[in-house]
Amino acid sequence: MQTHPAKRVEIIIEAPAQRRLVRAMNDAGIDAYTILPVLGGSGRSGRWSRDGQVSTASGMISVTCILRSDRLDGLLNAALEVVERHIGVVSVTDCEVLRAERF
Amino acid sequence: MDGILALAAANLISPVILSFALGVAAALARSDLTVPEAAAKALSIYLLFAIGFKGGAAVAANGIDARLVGTLIAGLILSALLPFVAFALLKVLTNLSRTDAAAVAAHYGSISIVTFVAGTTVLESAGLTAEGYMVATAAVMEAPAILSALWLISRGNGDDEMEPGLWREILLNGSIVLLVGSFIIGAVTGQDGLDSIASFIVAPFTGVLCLFLLDMGLVAGRGLRTSARLLGAGAIVFGVTMPLVGSLAGLGAALLLGLSTGGAMLLMTLSASASYIAVPAAMRVALPEANPSIYLTLSLGVTFPFNLTIGLPIYLAIARFATGG
Repeated sequence: MQTHPAKRVEIIIEAPAQRRLVRAMNDAGIDAYTILPVLGGSGRSGRWSRDGQVSTASGMISVTCILRSDRLDGLLNAALEVVERHIGVVSVTDCEVLRAERF
Repeated sequence: MDGILALAAANLISPVILSFALGVAAALARSDLTVPEAAAKALSIYLLFAIGFKGGAAVAANGIDARLVGTLIAGLILSALLPFVAFALLKVLTNLSRTDAAAVAAHYGSISIVTFVAGTTVLESAGLTAEGYMVATAAVMEAPAILSALWLISRGNGDDEMEPGLWREILLNGSIVLLVGSFIIGAVTGQDGLDSIASFIVAPFTGVLCLFLLDMGLVAGRGLRTSARLLGAGAIVFGVTMPLVGSLAGLGAALLLGLSTGGAMLLMTLSASASYIAVPAAMRVALPEANPSIYLTLSLGVTFPFNLTIGLPIYLAIARFATGG
């Protein structure tokens, strides 16, 4: 099977910042991504869990975006503006995709 | 004094408070009991809709008068000013940073709708009622405190700029929209509207409140278990002192307005309560540098249980004494 190299960016960020992050990504021309709720975790800011939360304040989300490597800097610059002040993690990994023209 | 103790004792063994206690105990004992996020949100939507609708129907029955407008304005002023009192108290009692203190202060100017709902059940068990528009007052008091906290921070930083769109997000927060919206529906449809859905929003109300408070107890207990070490003795003293200070400010406003005993008790409760739904979300956007573990644990782990167990009977006793009700 023919595969093509791509970059997989995962941004885990506080749920209240979701709208800002998505807006910044859209402004940078990134309009293909997946948002997932995150069940819970632990980090520098302590433990947290989605269970029982009424407010979005304690929730985290995961935004995953797969794109060509030449578009990576645009996404990271846009994301950093939002992520910098918030609790969260940004990671970039190499991956392979099947249909290169979609990225 | 005996009256306050009897009220407090009766309040402590009510299903609502015992449900909260069960949640706290389960969390502290590390039980795997949880309320799924979606269920917790559904319970909160039900409570907000029911309380808003019932308040609107009460206003429809009693009409709109100058006292209603005065109470709304008083609520707005209380919410805007209480963060300054809280901020000053925090500076005296704790060594929190300016950002953390401002974020905490915003919570104590805003309100907890569940404390308000618990206050109405305490009133009902004492055979008292309150002005229906106290629900609208609760909605008005949600947001001004956030502005005050942001002003406290901007004054410290010399930065007056506010992020575009932030106010839209704060004012259109889901809990405010639902509370105001259901209040309007209740006011428009009146008693007939309430009668038509009473079997849904009146009869099951206390049972749903019990489940919601079970969840609040679980969240508060988990917060205390994992984050209590972040709170020093000064912060805990603040968590029980500030509600008393706020309640007295609410009482002063209620007496100026000539509210009923029930109305005075609810305005005291609103002024004494600390937000844990609308303000934490706003703070994560507006002041992400503030530590959420501090303000959430203080609000939900210290002040909320204090108000629920001891505060409400005290506010009712004081309101009765002050209004002669």
